[in-house]
Amino acid sequence: MIQLVDIRKSFGEVEVLKGISTTFDAGKCSLIIGSSGSGKTVLMKCMVGLFEVTSGKVMYGDNNFSEMSKAVRKPIRQEIGMLFQGSALFDSMTTEENVRFPLDMFTKLTTKEKENRVNMCLERVGLEGANEKYPSEISGGMMKRVGIARAIVLEPKYLFCDEPNSGLDPKTSIKIDQLITEITIENNITTIINTHDMNSVMEMGHQVTFLNQGLKEWEGSKDEILHSDNAFLNEFIFASKFLQELRKA
Amino acid sequence: MNSLYHLGKYVMMIGQIFSAPERWSMYYKETMRQMNDIGVGSLIIISVIALFIGAVTAVQFSYQLEMSFVPKYYIGYILRDSMIIELAPTLSALMLAGKVGSNIASELGSMRSSEQIDALDIMGVNTISYLVGPKIIAAMLMFPLLVILAAALGIFGGYIATLGSSIPPSDYIRGLSYWFVPFNVVMMLIKAVVFAFIVSSVSCYQGYYVKGGALEIAQASTRAVVNSSILILVSDFFLAKLLL
Repeated sequence: MIQLVDIRKSFGEVEVLKGISTTFDAGKCSLIIGSSGSGKTVLMKCMVGLFEVTSGKVMYGDNNFSEMSKAVRKPIRQEIGMLFQGSALFDSMTTEENVRFPLDMFTKLTTKEKENRVNMCLERVGLEGANEKYPSEISGGMMKRVGIARAIVLEPKYLFCDEPNSGLDPKTSIKIDQLITEITIENNITTIINTHDMNSVMEMGHQVTFLNQGLKEWEGSKDEILHSDNAFLNEFIFASKFLQELRKA
Repeated sequence: MNSLYHLGKYVMMIGQIFSAPERWSMYYKETMRQMNDIGVGSLIIISVIALFIGAVTAVQFSYQLEMSFVPKYYIGYILRDSMIIELAPTLSALMLAGKVGSNIASELGSMRSSEQIDALDIMGVNTISYLVGPKIIAAMLMFPLLVILAAALGIFGGYIATLGSSIPPSDYIRGLSYWFVPFNVVMMLIKAVVFAFIVSSVSCYQGYYVKGGALEIAQASTRAVVNSSILILVSDFFLAKLLL
């Protein structure tokens, strides 16, 4: 479980996050949605420690992550997996080396054990046999899958996904969404996903948090989102003409 | 004020290199990869440049000494010492600032902009120690070897230039064996190590802290080459004052 308590983040004079409090539960996909500039990415970067919060608490279980020093954070960091918008695979490494990297760096497993674990993760994301390919040789969807495999190889308790569907076609997007949902439920992971893709919201939004200009504007589930009377949320969800027409009908 | 800010940030970056590695074997592997990139990857360019610098220097000395009473074998002696004391370490370092420096800055810059450094940070890797440390160590190990090669090839280039010229090759070889001071070789190696540190650390600093995209990476790469080149020449002067 991750708990956010009154998170504020400023860059100079500009306050980007204006006191966000919420809880993300284990075994669920929690989505953070909002338009560009609403503070989604900053919030996620605060949660994983890439940005330090100006005030407030990020709690991983009972541990106040935001007050810990870099050294004390290390064990928690190794429980975090992250899938980046652009996958962030290491260009100089093959698919297999990318997935094996966290095992090489942080575990004392034997070569055989690492090999088995890597193959298991690649198989789980549907990439068996792609071990020797470099990131430049695979498609965007495959890169996301490798990113997921790398993120889960250390069996994380927490999984962060920043815009997992950006740049993917709708069919591949749904497959990636389903994969993240399955992995979350199978391994009881606390998964937090930044997105502005409504297909993803409807596919895996166990919990949806809507941000607007640095404030938590609305929170609920995918079943409640279409019936909300929050004006900002409705403006965001029904932005396209097609959906507006559909709503009227 | 801005220069002081960058100096402080640079010193702090260097300080962070010395934190304990998460796993020595991974750092060793990365250092070997960098040694291959920096050392083996620069062999051809260093060889070609050193060979021609030696040859050109021999031809020009020969021209300058033509109407004088200075014995011809002096060309070998002057060229040997010029190559060892100055040309091999300094010109090689300037060349490597262009090749290795820009490569390091753009590699780290693109890792930053494609969030690869963030990915390492989130895993709990000390990114400065893992990404910058091996590059500096590799440069400090490979530059001296490249400079020794450059000095040897430069002297050989001088010999080739004497073939078919007015200077008898035997005179050139005779000059090479005169008044050899072993300390000059030590000085060449000291210069190579200092220049290696400058090129690698300045380039790492420029690349690691890039903000933005392709344009900023290109600018960082240019700054890495320009700043390294200036610092090489400034430190060359101080090293000469200090060591000679």
